[in-house]
Amino acid sequence: MRALFRRLGLRGRSLVIAAPFAWLIVFFLIPFILVLKISFSTTEVAIPPYAPLVTWADGAIQITLHTGNFDYLFSDWEYVAAYLSSVRNAAVTAFVCLLIGYPMAYCIARSRPEWRSALLMLIVMPFWTSFLIRVYAWIGILKQNGLLNNLLLWLGIIDQPLEIMNTQTAVYIGMIYAYLPFMILPLYSTLEKLDTSLLEAASDLGAKPLRTFWSVTLPLSMPGILAGSLLVFIPAVGEFVIPSLLGGPDTLMIGTVLWNEFFSNRDWPVAATVAVALIVLLVVPLILLQRAQERQEARET
Amino acid sequence: MMKRFMRGAWFLPTALILGLAFLYGPILSVIIYSFNESQLVTVWSGFSTKWYAALLDDGQVLHAAGLSLEVALASATGALVVGTLAGYVLARFKQFHGRTLFSGMVLAPLVMPEIIMGISMLLLFVGMQDAVGWPVGRGIETIIIAHITFTTAFVAVIIQSRLADTDLSVEEAAMDLGARPIQVFFLVTLPLMAPALIAGWLLAFSISLDDLVTTSFVSGPGSTTLPLVIFSKVRLGLNPEINALATVVIALVSIVTFLAAIYQSRRSVQ
Repeated sequence: MRALFRRLGLRGRSLVIAAPFAWLIVFFLIPFILVLKISFSTTEVAIPPYAPLVTWADGAIQITLHTGNFDYLFSDWEYVAAYLSSVRNAAVTAFVCLLIGYPMAYCIARSRPEWRSALLMLIVMPFWTSFLIRVYAWIGILKQNGLLNNLLLWLGIIDQPLEIMNTQTAVYIGMIYAYLPFMILPLYSTLEKLDTSLLEAASDLGAKPLRTFWSVTLPLSMPGILAGSLLVFIPAVGEFVIPSLLGGPDTLMIGTVLWNEFFSNRDWPVAATVAVALIVLLVVPLILLQRAQERQEARET
Repeated sequence: MMKRFMRGAWFLPTALILGLAFLYGPILSVIIYSFNESQLVTVWSGFSTKWYAALLDDGQVLHAAGLSLEVALASATGALVVGTLAGYVLARFKQFHGRTLFSGMVLAPLVMPEIIMGISMLLLFVGMQDAVGWPVGRGIETIIIAHITFTTAFVAVIIQSRLADTDLSVEEAAMDLGARPIQVFFLVTLPLMAPALIAGWLLAFSISLDDLVTTSFVSGPGSTTLPLVIFSKVRLGLNPEINALATVVIALVSIVTFLAAIYQSRRSVQ
């Protein structure tokens, strides 16, 4: 009887795995393959607006792969520049988030246990609040006659309003603001588990607090720093909403390029090529992130 | 010895308070200025609720809000089903063929730039229409499928971490007493997961309600959701009506989150 149940259980087990697996393959994996496929196509005035790769001509199946989109991407300076500046923007965002988020996470991890969940809740809450609205809020703060300029003028710190809105600075502010919680959460979870007796040991041996921090706390919190930086960097590289609302003519981001190719130029193959190039850029960080998560899982079990 | 730790003690709380001010300041400014009488969004001229009244007269906004709620309800429920299964698999089955691919696919949407999700989902729907004749064009169904696909990740993570914290022995005990795996799942595992299920559903709901980028790719002419309306209005410039709308959304989400938090802390006390 047991054996029968076991076998039923096993069959149930395969079913439980197969159902979400199938969903993800159809709606997540296959779409990526399609993006790759269409990046080798050319644009056409048709519905859908690209040329089929496989055609039937003279009794033979013809597969045509155009590599022209990729040549175009690498030869056009605008695309290369957009890539480089997206990477730079995301890296700067991750770094500043680390600088701001580390002390915050450390403070929460060292606060009284009964306060911790409430403080964490405060960090997570903005994430639940509409992203679009949070970015929109910065327009009112940063623009020429916005709240920040009015405040600084009133305090007499500046004589004329600062030009922040529609510049690279505004994009940085928006991105740091939007992605800060992603940095704090993984940092908190490593710092919370940090063995405080090591800090006491270091201090008993005569290390000054700063020195203890550099040679004990910081190295031990490396997994959190890595996870947090990746969680900020990866989505930030492809960010579209923030540069399009807060950025100006000098802001070049690959997400905006893709959007314009798709919606303004209606060039699906080039948009797909940009997406492929963006995925290629993210493969290494994504693998690093998955490794980090697996290691953490292994440590917890 | 404690003194040495305490010397820098002012720094950390100050950083935390400043950081929280940074996180909440902009949200508060939107709320405060939604009650501003002036058409100029950032110049205070007096208290008024007229922008809320304007909101109630805006048919486009109301229609879009209704549509967004409908989409969010359906996608959160779908994501709950797929995400619970995925999270359960990740937490309980440590070895099977393709586990790395599986966990990669479950978790990638958490960080994947949305613009990639959007274009790939669109190309899938276009390809499907070509191959099997469904979906015809794009609309509410395609938005719901896309939302389920990327919000599943959030549900799965919440379920997985909840299951990792719970004791396997309860399930084993039920199994030893002769319960079938499916009974164990519905009578033991599922009730244990209840707080995570609620939290996962709410998170999926709020993410779906807020999604702009993926939705832009997979929506059709008749399916303009609330974020699409907000985005096109914001692009035209600041608009006090948006502040009012934003305040309504923030209030709604805060109440829901607050209730979820209370429910969860009560469960964990028990």
